[in-house]
Amino acid sequence: MVATAEVQHEELAAPAIHPLREFWFYFSENKGAVVGLFTVIAIVVMALSAHVLAPYSPIEQYRDHLLLPPAWQEGGSWAFFLGTDATGRDILSRIIHGSRYSLLVGLIVSTLSLSTGIAIGLIAASFRGVLEAVIMRMMDVILAIPSLLLALVIVAILGPSLENAMVAIAVVYLPHFVRLTRASAILELSKDYVTASRVAGAGRIRLMVVTVLPNCLGPLIVQATLGFSSAILDAAALGFLGMGAQPPTPEWGSMLADAREFILRAWWVVTFPGLAILIAVLAFNLMGDGLRDALDPKLRRS
Amino acid sequence: MSDAPVIEAENLTRHYQVRRGMFAGSATVRALDGASFSLAQGQTLAVVGESGCGKSTLARLVTLIEKPTSGRLLIDGKDVRSANSAELRELRQAVQIIFQDPYGSLNPRKKVGAILEEPLTINTRMSTAEKRARAEEMMARVGLRPEYYGRYPHMFSGGQRQRIAIARALMLQPRVLVADEPVSALDVSIRAQVLNLLMDLQEEFKLAYLFISHDLSVVRHIADGVMVMYLGRPVEHGPGETIFAQPRHPYTQALLASTPAVDPARRRRRVTLSGELPSPLDPPSGCAFHGRCAFATDLCAKDLPLLRDVDGRQVACHHAEAIAAGQAPVRQAVRA
Repeated sequence: MVATAEVQHEELAAPAIHPLREFWFYFSENKGAVVGLFTVIAIVVMALSAHVLAPYSPIEQYRDHLLLPPAWQEGGSWAFFLGTDATGRDILSRIIHGSRYSLLVGLIVSTLSLSTGIAIGLIAASFRGVLEAVIMRMMDVILAIPSLLLALVIVAILGPSLENAMVAIAVVYLPHFVRLTRASAILELSKDYVTASRVAGAGRIRLMVVTVLPNCLGPLIVQATLGFSSAILDAAALGFLGMGAQPPTPEWGSMLADAREFILRAWWVVTFPGLAILIAVLAFNLMGDGLRDALDPKLRRS
Repeated sequence: MSDAPVIEAENLTRHYQVRRGMFAGSATVRALDGASFSLAQGQTLAVVGESGCGKSTLARLVTLIEKPTSGRLLIDGKDVRSANSAELRELRQAVQIIFQDPYGSLNPRKKVGAILEEPLTINTRMSTAEKRARAEEMMARVGLRPEYYGRYPHMFSGGQRQRIAIARALMLQPRVLVADEPVSALDVSIRAQVLNLLMDLQEEFKLAYLFISHDLSVVRHIADGVMVMYLGRPVEHGPGETIFAQPRHPYTQALLASTPAVDPARRRRRVTLSGELPSPLDPPSGCAFHGRCAFATDLCAKDLPLLRDVDGRQVACHHAEAIAAGQAPVRQAVRA
């Protein structure tokens, strides 16, 4: 007879709830993360419906309205709410359209470096030995070169364009993901539940992908959202240096570059694209923090 | 109950090569240095010893997590070494393990149901409903309520987690359960519950237990046979009652004497051990225990004592008979 009867059952308050509701419950604890999430949603909506929201075409030049200040300033016009730049293009429209490029850069760069980084990191953690040493030393080499310089070199080799800039930034951020994946995978591999899975007959791939990987995702998600914002920043930097998006693409970084010579005369041409970058980067960072808290059961207050 | 042993080990050894810095070259750690035992269905063999004596290495070898450096391991009469991968897969299912730390042994990202079903997913082609039915049946067996199926491990106490771990180990209907200190991380109040559960399950499924522990009061409660290990080698091996009643190896005597007893009649003369467990990187010559043994002679420092039959059990001590008869000279200063 089994000892069921003698066992004192501890009453547990939490009933089984739907994972999404559970996720939302923990995510909404963090107010900053919710603000970040809504800002991100707003940016996404803005990017998706840019052609509807933007009052003008982002590349149309209004030769009669060069360097027009924002509407609330003296000399400003409500027709161009945030003013115009040196060639008479509407800044508001350019920012709205620019969100497309920034999101695209962030999305592609972080998916690219996250997925390759996880794959390479898991291989390194799983095989150890020589292969691991080769992989990790290669990552060290990438890390040893200043990131923007490396990105510049790669773009210079591939040719300046937004796509090449994304590839370059993805390469630059790859080592972070590889190292993070490898370190947490090695840590998890030493734990008993992995051994139990191995004793139950799990093969190498199942062990790494099904058992270990989900437990490494916490820091990776945070790194990916941080990478999202850094990618936006770096793409802006490359755009600023003329190695990213090419004119007349309304990319936020290249907008800053175009406005460089007018910084003292017309503050609005640099301020608004700069603010757009700031808000987008901040929103993704806040959201990343919240995601980490919500996705990691160990950090939950249960 | 059949008498054919489920597990037979002959002279199992496991050595590790460790590197001692860049220039020192590598050294060999003899984590396990020749262990032989056999374990029959429904029996419990307790492996006892202080930390670093090779208990856990033995567990890793028996569960086929690691390969022995030398020696033979037979599971169900099949030699592990000569088994092909399909046979190995089958043998692997026959031996499952429970760990000491119930907090590290359950995947924190999986719900209890998924944890219990994983062994079935890997090894069988059962449908989802079938797996769920099996998991719920097993949960009932180990005293977990069905509504725990959808919960995460972090919602449970240590004792309940250990129940989950036991249930997982039993999902593949193993013949042997290796229990690596299964109750030492639990509260004393929970300990008895889990031990009783293990004993009930043993009776029900005719399980053989390889019970690794340093807690002699637990071992006394559960074990049929006892193997005392010191620095990778068994020093005394025999039926539990015999060894507990009359320990013959000085190390076993010291271990038993260190167990607190409430009943004054059962208290033994206290034998304190001085010194540390020697490094397995550089084991002492002769008997590994001679540096800490009160009865050690020059012979002990020279010759390695082998296991031999003394009073119904096996002892690896040159002076077992003399010590039993109280005739062995006691060394005054024991080298620390």
